[in-house]
Amino acid sequence: MESLYAITTGVLTACGLYLILRSRTFPVVVGLTLLSYAVNLFLFSMGGLTTDGAALVNGVKDYADPLPQALVLTAIVIGFAMTAFVVILAMRARSEAGNDHVDGRKHEAGEGRR
Amino acid sequence: MSTHLIVLPVVLPLVAGIFLLLQRQGSVRLKRLIGVTATLALLLVSIALVARAAGGEITYYALGDWQPPFGIVLVLDRLSALMVLLTALLALGAVVFACAGDDERGSNFHGLFQWQLMGINGAFLTGDLFNLFVFFEVLLLASYALLLHGGGKDRIMSGVHYVVLNLAGSSLFLISVGLLYGATGTLNMADMAVRLADLPTEREGLVVAGALMLLVVFGLKAAILPLYFWLPKAYAAAPAPVAALFAIMTKIGIYAILRVYSLIFGDGAGPLADLEQGWVWWLSLGTLVAAATGVLAARDLRLLVAYLVLVSVGTLLAGIGIGTPAAISALLYYLIHTTLITGGLFLLAEMIGVQRGKAGTRLVKGRPLRQGGWLAAMFFVGAIAVAGMPPLSGAIGKALLMAAAEGGQRAWLWPLLLLSGLAAIIALSRAGSTLFWRSTGEADGQRLPYRQWFGVAWLIGAAPLLMALAGPLVEYTDATAEQLAHPGVMTRALLNNEGDAP
Repeated sequence: MESLYAITTGVLTACGLYLILRSRTFPVVVGLTLLSYAVNLFLFSMGGLTTDGAALVNGVKDYADPLPQALVLTAIVIGFAMTAFVVILAMRARSEAGNDHVDGRKHEAGEGRR
Repeated sequence: MSTHLIVLPVVLPLVAGIFLLLQRQGSVRLKRLIGVTATLALLLVSIALVARAAGGEITYYALGDWQPPFGIVLVLDRLSALMVLLTALLALGAVVFACAGDDERGSNFHGLFQWQLMGINGAFLTGDLFNLFVFFEVLLLASYALLLHGGGKDRIMSGVHYVVLNLAGSSLFLISVGLLYGATGTLNMADMAVRLADLPTEREGLVVAGALMLLVVFGLKAAILPLYFWLPKAYAAAPAPVAALFAIMTKIGIYAILRVYSLIFGDGAGPLADLEQGWVWWLSLGTLVAAATGVLAARDLRLLVAYLVLVSVGTLLAGIGIGTPAAISALLYYLIHTTLITGGLFLLAEMIGVQRGKAGTRLVKGRPLRQGGWLAAMFFVGAIAVAGMPPLSGAIGKALLMAAAEGGQRAWLWPLLLLSGLAAIIALSRAGSTLFWRSTGEADGQRLPYRQWFGVAWLIGAAPLLMALAGPLVEYTDATAEQLAHPGVMTRALLNNEGDAP
């Protein structure tokens, strides 16, 4: 399970990073979303992956660490709000600049008109 | 009441912000009254906090009475009290300036302003690493909206860069917090410092990775060399009172570096102690060079001031790079000076731009200023202070920092610091002579409102005041540096129930 989890997180991070480095705002927003998913998964695994652990500690030895879950919850809420904000901002930038390039350029050198 | 004093800098702006949100448009006078009153109250509270912290005792406020290391704590020591006071001083100047009309160019200015203050104060006071992240997000979300206040293409485009970069930074922050939690099993900074002392060696790699990723995050906030490219454009595009408040934002990064690496990775951390020092020192020198080049190249007064903010970041980081108590004390003095003065210069640039009409703040020939005499006098004081010329406060800060450098560090710091000062003098005198003397046509600008004059005078007036009060101030910063050099005092104050903890 650990290796599958690690590979999933890594692939999500890589895809997110690749998309963030694109020049159009929409891929960048999607990239940020993917990156925040990857971060949430990563945070979740930081308490150690356990199966069948008790949710509440009551003298049992094998329990799930509750703190990463609380952290993930906070991170999800904040990430959600931020994504909403950045989508609106990208739309404003699109309407102000007349195109969806992150620098507001008309079109890239070497890239045809779309 | 006095036990809850520590939480007031967070709660007060929060409550004021909620009241200010009740009505989106209209009742301008009431909103301004609430905004200014809340900021004034914040100033009084922060003065009380400094008075309490000055004695050297470290007090904490456990939210919900969950005792550390289990609950979230707000910690008051000399450093956090000083930073909260500085924020309040800066905010008062900015908010009064905004009341002259800038607040009505968009909606909800005062509410967002208060929440930005809440985030900043929280980041300064918190003693918990994840809580630091949350307050960073609070202040960033408010700053995104404030940066876009009033709209316009420049603001939107620089806003896109700022937001995307900071969101990526937030992800990195979470990853590094996760790493540190995974390795140490705690998020309380003082507790983490204790646990690092007997860390199993196989986890050292994790901690180093987490710690250096944190440095990248804080470096992004502080705008150090490879991560500063967002700053000049964003600060130059922001509305004046917002840009003035943003003068403290880079200092939050500096504060976080200072706090995290002095407390968690202090002398007690064994092989992990001071692992940021080598990086910070060389990056600070690089930042100084890049910023000085930018200062010389800037063709716009606001851009020039934005690069001066960067010069100050380089100078402050050099203080952290040296790392001795004398250097930390010098950097704290310089931090107070540079925050207030660059904030004042952003406000002044706006006033000059308004009176020059079409030419704005661009450094080209324009029409003469109607109140040129007073503006020039303010600019002169601000320029001398920010460039670090005697007799004003900048010179004292730089002299203290240069005196704190030792041995080989002097060979690098002295020439770079002095040359960056020279670059600032050249650029500012060129800017000043263009703005005030090279002019054609008739002066027909509006007279500037008194509130704007108050805002600028409040902040620029810090320069002579900081010079006159340098003695007691340096005593305080010396004591602060001494407190930071002994993180054991803080861990003992926070975790005094170590004996019966599991």
